[in-house]
Amino acid sequence: MALATGTRTLTMAQAISEAIGQEMERDPSVFVMGEDIGKYGGIFSATGGLLDRFGPERIMDTPISESAFIGAATGAAAEGMRPIAELMFVDFFGVCMDQIYNHLAKNTYMSGGRVRLPVVLMTAIGGGYNDAAQHSQCLYATFAHMPGLKIVVPSNAYDAKGLMVSAIRDDNPVFYFFHKGIMGLPWMAYFEGSTTPVPEQPYAVPFGEARVAREGGDVTVVAVSQMVQKAVLAAEEAAKEGISAEVIDLRTLVPLDAESVARSVDKTGRLLVADEDYLNFGLTGEIAALVGERLGSIKLKAPIKRLGVPGTPIPYSRPLEQATIPQVGHLVEAMRGLMTTSVA
Amino acid sequence: MEPTAEQLLWMYETMQVIREYEEVMAKVYLEGKLPPHIQKGLAFDIGSGPVPGEMHLAAGQEPVAVGVCAHLRKEDTVVGTHRPHHFAIAKGVPLKEMTAEIFGRATGLGRGKGGHMHLFDAEHKFSCSGIVGASLPPAVGAALAARKLGKDWVAVAFFGDGAANQGTFHESLNLAALWKLPVVFVCEDNKWAISVAKGMSTAIASNADRSTAYGIPGVRVEKNDAVEVFEVGGEAVARARRGDGPSLIEVKTDRYFGHFQGDAELYRPKGEVEELRRNDPIPALAAHLRARGLLDEAGDAAIRARVQRVVTEAYEFARSSPYPESAEAAQHVFV
Ligand SMILES: Cc1ncc(C[n+]2csc(CCOP(=O)(O)OP(=O)(O)O)c2C)c(N)n1
Repeated sequence: MALATGTRTLTMAQAISEAIGQEMERDPSVFVMGEDIGKYGGIFSATGGLLDRFGPERIMDTPISESAFIGAATGAAAEGMRPIAELMFVDFFGVCMDQIYNHLAKNTYMSGGRVRLPVVLMTAIGGGYNDAAQHSQCLYATFAHMPGLKIVVPSNAYDAKGLMVSAIRDDNPVFYFFHKGIMGLPWMAYFEGSTTPVPEQPYAVPFGEARVAREGGDVTVVAVSQMVQKAVLAAEEAAKEGISAEVIDLRTLVPLDAESVARSVDKTGRLLVADEDYLNFGLTGEIAALVGERLGSIKLKAPIKRLGVPGTPIPYSRPLEQATIPQVGHLVEAMRGLMTTSVA
Repeated sequence: MEPTAEQLLWMYETMQVIREYEEVMAKVYLEGKLPPHIQKGLAFDIGSGPVPGEMHLAAGQEPVAVGVCAHLRKEDTVVGTHRPHHFAIAKGVPLKEMTAEIFGRATGLGRGKGGHMHLFDAEHKFSCSGIVGASLPPAVGAALAARKLGKDWVAVAFFGDGAANQGTFHESLNLAALWKLPVVFVCEDNKWAISVAKGMSTAIASNADRSTAYGIPGVRVEKNDAVEVFEVGGEAVARARRGDGPSLIEVKTDRYFGHFQGDAELYRPKGEVEELRRNDPIPALAAHLRARGLLDEAGDAAIRARVQRVVTEAYEFARSSPYPESAEAAQHVFV
């Protein structure tokens, strides 16, 4: 990639806080609320350095009262502000779901489009570092399942910045999910493919446009977030065995770029959907279904394969966790399987 | 309510076990987490070593756990927090199985499925949760069950000052007061909720004052002292056991380590911990015991030796225990 002037390499955490900072400079109605987002800079550094630049009136540490401050984001947005609220881990949605789902996600609709709620809710997702069942979930599919929230799930720093800019400028509620294991934190192992060149100037990555993370002709792998990084590594492994995998990074689930998925599967005839969220009733089923609905025009060479967290909470113990969350090796194995089975 | 000699000595030894346990954990936790054993460029890797994941230690907060649990029986319920070791130890949860759980081993309380924030011991009626504010409702439920079962059991919910701003705090106090349930709500005010100081998150100085909103007794213990907690805790537990309903206690206590291990604590004033450690409640209790003629040099040495032994044995048990088979991951979603 030819680097535009002012392009440097940033971690995803740096890219997110840069996007927020630039939008705050541009638009005085943008402000941030959350736990430990001030001096601490966010537990996963998504608001690093912002308190020093914007002060406590706009970078607001909150009490541990998620219903109150996320509900307040909805209320402030209805009055014309553009709040960003951080839910420290998505797993904590349980204590504030009513404000998210019955209000933030529905008020626009129930008002016949008269109430605008330009709220960005951002949150940390994912496991892989043994934080167990209450701190390792992804859950984006839970929120994509229910209408009224745009769902953003970046896999790398470039997209993270551009998608955050789009999220802040959107007049609708956007739920933005960053995976801890791609933030590029100095205290957690991460996938280095997520640290990328990022232009200094603000730019928007539009919602609903998937990205081809890697081109290939034999197998389509559809993924989001950290799983995209795993899929790219798995594709490189598989290439050594002569399997050419195309990796599609959906980038947003709502809106969903079904066409890009269909186009790729039409080309390869084989689909693997790999996900770190729960397997049942989730993203993998949704993608499989959208291909299934197009079987009139798409010709599959092998039955669809899905990988996800299979119907169990995330276990703590390392061997259990590693077995539960799909790893690069599981993806390679699944690709092999696709190449050696065929449709009836 | 004055503690007996036996109760004083139990509190002293239990505080020592807790302190030793947490200090050993602080060291064990770092194993395998520092360069050069980790991904290049990292300063620390939370997911490596024999004890991966988050680790919240309670050194300094021992008086809250022992001062309250000294009044409890095996049938009484304790619900703890994300920082649970001191409560678990004071409630009598076996140290070996607890440590094995924290190491993710098959011999652990939850066969390695729960981990440090999710310790479940049905026999000793202890549980905890990584969700802030989650301890209060289940304690209310345990108290409700005790009444329905016709037992004089008591339930204790421990929680931090940060949790007192969660909706569950207010809902649980009201419900327990309304139904006059045998619950004791105990708030550990260690001043911090991760990086946010209590004064930056809580509109009033003492959470104990919030009891008036629910018409129940509320007491603040101003000193991080086992005997003072014992006295106030004893009244609350006795009141609950008598059937006179819930109470709220807030104890001023001190967090000696970071919020979690690996926390750089850039938000914390320099020297704060050194200052706090000058009022360490363990030597304070030792001095009290000596003044009352309940402890001498030899007795203290014997206690220390016992403490060392049980803690060492617990860690050795955990280390030498096997990991669960990966196929176990699919088990126990349902029974
Ligand atoms: C519902 C929920 N929100 C946020 C968190 C993240 N979190 C974990 S511990 C903590 C601070 C808790 O402070 P406090 O209750 O005072 O307990 P302490 O850590 O001081 O023991 C926070 C914000 C969480 N685990 N659950």
